[in-house]
Amino acid sequence: MSALGEIVIAVLLVIGGGFGLVGGWGLVRLPDPMTRLHAPTKAATLGVGAVLVASMATMWFRFGILSWHEFLIALFLFLTAPVTGLFIAKAHMHLSWKREELPPPAPGADWATYGDSAAESPMVAALEEPRRSE
Amino acid sequence: MSPLLDMALLFAFGCFGLAQLCCLYRVVFAPGLSDRVLALDTMAINMIALLTLFGIREGTAMYFEATMLFAMVGFVSTVAYAKFVLRGDIIE
Repeated sequence: MSALGEIVIAVLLVIGGGFGLVGGWGLVRLPDPMTRLHAPTKAATLGVGAVLVASMATMWFRFGILSWHEFLIALFLFLTAPVTGLFIAKAHMHLSWKREELPPPAPGADWATYGDSAAESPMVAALEEPRRSE
Repeated sequence: MSPLLDMALLFAFGCFGLAQLCCLYRVVFAPGLSDRVLALDTMAINMIALLTLFGIREGTAMYFEATMLFAMVGFVSTVAYAKFVLRGDIIE
């Protein structure tokens, strides 16, 4: 392996490791659920992205093959991370915010957690008093 | 594998291992339900990074399938869990 390849891979690995550690530490240290949501979803995908690029570079510099697996995994992660972040944020908002604090729904519609179908949801029925988790 | 790459790999392994421990702490001592789901999701993402690092160390492409499986199962389980927390039901 050339010296240039080694330096590139080592730098990518260190960047990825740093971002991963910041993401995990932010999950523990940040004060309230919304900021805690921000730390891992951004830092962990950047960290994992750097590690995946390092793996691609390893395959290229060591064996001379262009590996597409990492690209697929990174694409999948970048597509799914915002979706999971949105779902978790929505679950948190509807579980622990009061109804007046939620952003207004579309005209003529209601939030699913408060609308007509909410009576069928055992999770919503169990929550008489909305509670904050901060 | 050269000493430089060995050290960088060790550093990355240590970082993601520590991040995994932080997430585990958050899973056990979570102030709310959404934090627990978020910590589990982050554990799956860190596991992807650890598997990829192991693949780099071994110099093989064998672990990509496992990584892909972790990515997909992690995503689907997080969405299902968030839906369950929100509605008490997954498929309505």
